[in-house]
Amino acid sequence: MLIDWFTVGAQAINFLVLVWLLKRFLYQPILDAIDERERRIAAELADAAAKQAAAQTERASFEQKNQAFDEQRAALLAQAVGEVQAERRRLLNDARQAADALAAQRAESLRSEANQLNAAIALRTQEEVFAIARKTLTDLAGVDLEERMVQAFTRRLSALDDAAHTTFAHALATASTPACVRSAFDLPAAQRTAIQQTIDTTFGMAIPLRFETAPDLVSGIELTGDGQKLAWDIADYLASLERSVEALLTAKSLPK
Amino acid sequence: MHLSPDEIIFWQLGFIKLNGTSVFTWALMLLLVVGAKLITRHLSTGLTRTRWQNLLEIIVTGIEQQIAEVGLSQPRTYLGFLGTLFLFLAAAALATIIPGYEPPTGSLSTTTALALCVLVAVPAFGIADQGLPGYLKSYLEPTVLMLPFNIISEVSRTLALAVRLFGNMMSGAMIIAILLTITPFLFPILMTALGLLTGMVQAYIFSILAAVYIAAATRTGTPGATLNA
Repeated sequence: MLIDWFTVGAQAINFLVLVWLLKRFLYQPILDAIDERERRIAAELADAAAKQAAAQTERASFEQKNQAFDEQRAALLAQAVGEVQAERRRLLNDARQAADALAAQRAESLRSEANQLNAAIALRTQEEVFAIARKTLTDLAGVDLEERMVQAFTRRLSALDDAAHTTFAHALATASTPACVRSAFDLPAAQRTAIQQTIDTTFGMAIPLRFETAPDLVSGIELTGDGQKLAWDIADYLASLERSVEALLTAKSLPK
Repeated sequence: MHLSPDEIIFWQLGFIKLNGTSVFTWALMLLLVVGAKLITRHLSTGLTRTRWQNLLEIIVTGIEQQIAEVGLSQPRTYLGFLGTLFLFLAAAALATIIPGYEPPTGSLSTTTALALCVLVAVPAFGIADQGLPGYLKSYLEPTVLMLPFNIISEVSRTLALAVRLFGNMMSGAMIIAILLTITPFLFPILMTALGLLTGMVQAYIFSILAAVYIAAATRTGTPGATLNA
């Protein structure tokens, strides 16, 4: 008999025991180890994926910040350029205005210098004219300049037109203070008397007079009373001389 | 000259006896369990591990993969039974290179015991998976008329399992024993190598057939099975 039934039973039990033992000592530990490793690998992969995602996010945010920074920089640069250009325009404007002001000042100073020069020339011319006239009159006619001026003044006084005459007469009659006769030089007593007589004769009444000397007077003699004024002077001559000198200067400076 | 290790009797008390089959089986069990225990004592769960652990992992995952390929969707449920079946048969075949050893699978008692285990395990797994009514119903498929044939097939395939394994293992051992007496030295070595191959093939066939039977019992394609799955 090939089959021994006791052995069959024993082998079946042996086999079942072996199944239990191998389950206990082989399959379970090995499978647990594999599962544990797979879990760990999966965890590591998930961790890596999370890190990668985080890195991606960070990179995106960094790029965004970078872009924002670039844009901000470009905006600041554009603003700075704009400000610089505005400042440049302003400075140029200021410089131009300053230059204009300097030019105007210079022109003004030139003008005032010219005016002063003109005044000096006028004064000098007057003095020269007086000196020349005085010397000429003395040499040629034996006549005193001052005397001739008084004569001219009295002549003008006599030749007053009616309207002026009336106005002046009224002014002199109602004046509370004596009328004032001013001259560039001291009038001698004879000439003072002549003026007094001429005035009295002209206006037909005795008019009180006060004589004053004013060296800066351009004209020769003037009579003032209560707002009215009558004068003989050489201002007209001087003005015409000035005009001719100016015309000469202009003609000289033009060709330059 | 023994036909089967059953004939080597070490101790006997009436019906109870201690024969070569049991002793060699215990030796194999001891080898397998101690080996497994020694290797799995310090298992690494990290990326680096010992060669022995690698070997065991390859074996275990290989068996698991084979079971899954047969069509069992939860291979770990059946790994204990089918894996032990394969490992025991393979170890019994591989140990034939040890002089003086006789494979316990060369005994019809052992193969019968294993075939009976499969005979019990198939309906056990089938009932655990589909429930008793569902499993019993599978005997009536496709018609009630097929019931006797299904039962006959159940018994006959168990018989076939037992005899196929016994015949192959016994003949291999017998051929080596006979050739040792006729042409010593070289030829028996060749036959031993061939025996190793046939032993491994038989271990594989036995395990795969058991897996196929279990797969057929657990998911026979009946509507009930699909519903209960």
